[in-house]
Amino acid sequence: MKQATLNFHKVSDSNVVVTVQGSWTVSGVLPAPEQLSAMLDDRLKTVVFTAGDDFFWDSRLLAWLMACQRMLESTHCQFDLSGLPEDVRDLFNLANTVPPNKALPERHASLFHQLVNRLARLGDEAMALLAFTGELALTLCRWFAQKGSARWSDIINFCHQSGPSALPIITLQSVLIGMILAYLGMVQLRQFGAEVYVANLVGVGMVREMGALMTAVIMSGRTGAAYAAQLGTMQVNEEIDALTTLGIKPMDYLVVPRTLALILTIPLLCLYSNILGMFGGGLVATNMDITWLMYLYQLRDAISFGDTMTGVVKSFVFGLLIAMAGCRAGLACGRSSAAVGQATTNAVVTAIIYLVVADAGLNILFYHLGI
Amino acid sequence: MGQLGQKPQSVVIEARGLSMNYGSNLIQSNLHFQISKGDVFVIMGGSGCGKSTLLKHMIGLYQPAGGDILFGGQSYFTASPEQQLAMRKRWGVTYQGGALFSDKTLAENVALPLVQYTTLTSKDIRDMVRYKLALVGLAGFEDFYPSQISGGMCKRAGLARAIALDPDILFFDEPSAGLDPLSARRLDDLILQLRDSTGATVVIVTHELASIFAIGSNGVYLDANSKTQLDTGSPGYMLNHSKHDLVKAFLSRGE
Ligand SMILES: Nc1ncnc2c1ncn2[C@@H]1O[C@H](COP(=O)(O)OP(=O)(O)OP(=O)(O)O)[C@@H](O)[C@H]1O
Ligand SMILES: [Mg+2]
Repeated sequence: MKQATLNFHKVSDSNVVVTVQGSWTVSGVLPAPEQLSAMLDDRLKTVVFTAGDDFFWDSRLLAWLMACQRMLESTHCQFDLSGLPEDVRDLFNLANTVPPNKALPERHASLFHQLVNRLARLGDEAMALLAFTGELALTLCRWFAQKGSARWSDIINFCHQSGPSALPIITLQSVLIGMILAYLGMVQLRQFGAEVYVANLVGVGMVREMGALMTAVIMSGRTGAAYAAQLGTMQVNEEIDALTTLGIKPMDYLVVPRTLALILTIPLLCLYSNILGMFGGGLVATNMDITWLMYLYQLRDAISFGDTMTGVVKSFVFGLLIAMAGCRAGLACGRSSAAVGQATTNAVVTAIIYLVVADAGLNILFYHLGI
Repeated sequence: MGQLGQKPQSVVIEARGLSMNYGSNLIQSNLHFQISKGDVFVIMGGSGCGKSTLLKHMIGLYQPAGGDILFGGQSYFTASPEQQLAMRKRWGVTYQGGALFSDKTLAENVALPLVQYTTLTSKDIRDMVRYKLALVGLAGFEDFYPSQISGGMCKRAGLARAIALDPDILFFDEPSAGLDPLSARRLDDLILQLRDSTGATVVIVTHELASIFAIGSNGVYLDANSKTQLDTGSPGYMLNHSKHDLVKAFLSRGE
């Protein structure tokens, strides 16, 4: 096909005829609109476009004409398309029926500004967190006083999602952690001929620390992220607005069942993880001249009821923190798919930070209480 | 049946005994219709009867449960992946909910097919995008995100994206729902203009009686109860000659 070209024919000082020729299509190369502006001077009044021979066109021509039109806007030149096919004129007019919007969209700040804003908002952020915590506490109290709108069917549903469906991964994770602890202990304790104490290490390690913490880490990636994504998507779809206008508080209806479900299931998962961790440790220990009987006997002496309870209390706190991080990130989500991704990331990262800080705090507390 | 006194034209899309389901839930069965080049084909029927489902089967998102849809005699599902891509590039689709990419500006949304499938420079693409957005009355909204504009504007932006590549077949799912009467009217004009200037074939789902009669040259009426089509033909023909009272009632608002 022929190359797209422009031919200028100056009829008079105030009038120029531009003939367009060749193939003005998406696959071709078009002359720059600046060729036209080179012709411009103050006396020029009208630019008349006509079609030459071998003339093919599609949207590309219209896009080009509009670019020319924008260029001529500042001058007083008339734009005359009478020599072009009727369809071109109709499309051109259709594109010009609505005057262009002049308002500017809200700007997205540069990376540097975002950072500065972030730091400046750190205080607000802390306040928002506090407000969320307070509201959650009040809502939970309302629920316990039987005045909330969270339904048991929802809670059971969420329990199912966060509890039984997480068993396979918790199983794998706990057995492996038990084995790792046992190997670690074996190598060290063998130097003193105290191999049997590996049961103490695995038992206390799992029950007081690893069971609760590792379960919580898995649950923050699994359930916390899911909560953030669910609530974030609801935010994008205006579902949360719809709830609010129906007079239902998102806190009551969405956050409370999720939180309750998580703080109910996570201690159970933690206990399950403890047992499997000890089993995993046993697998390693019995492979190295300790019998199952010795191992179990040693375990019974090593772990007290108090030890088990510290783990359960920890996982209860962790569950609350994970649900809070997930739900808060979801409710604070923006209105795009990218924002849902950010909310999910946020949920997991903050949950893990909360976990580590809370774990350290609780350990110090238990130490001073002598538990 | 249907196109009385029209000369035979080349058939672009043909449904032959088409059945559609979601799992075990049958939506529509035994659909037969033909769409000729340059037609504006209206899919009509009550809410929930399967109009959007039919559209999604036509554009190959779902596989028919039975029968087939032929594009110029070729079935989409038996075509090779290259052929499928070539067919899809000739289609432009808008969705009932707009389906704009929420993390991209309107300009980036419309530019996406152009960037993917043409060799235009970024400046040319910008000009094209401006033109397409101007066609749907959204000039000057290039740098807005979908969350910053209204629902009707999102719909029109979706339309601009659908026509970015000057497609041969346009599929619209309720493009005028949520638009004011003037914008809806402009949309009808635009659809006819696109059909006339590019020779495109248009398949459209709509409830607007005014636009059904203004732009529809052919159509099909789907019934939710009998789960099959009641009639096919031009809207005017169906209004006057349909054997089914339901179709006549639909086209005359029961008056
Ligand atoms: N993804 C899906 N999975 C299962 N069933 C579906 C799905 N989408 C739609 N349906 C069912 O198929 C039927 C037809 O739905 P469809 O969206 O095609 O209706 P429609 O005719 O487009 O209605 P409307 O005019 O309200 O848009 C409905 O009864 C709906 O319940
Ligand atoms: Mg629909």
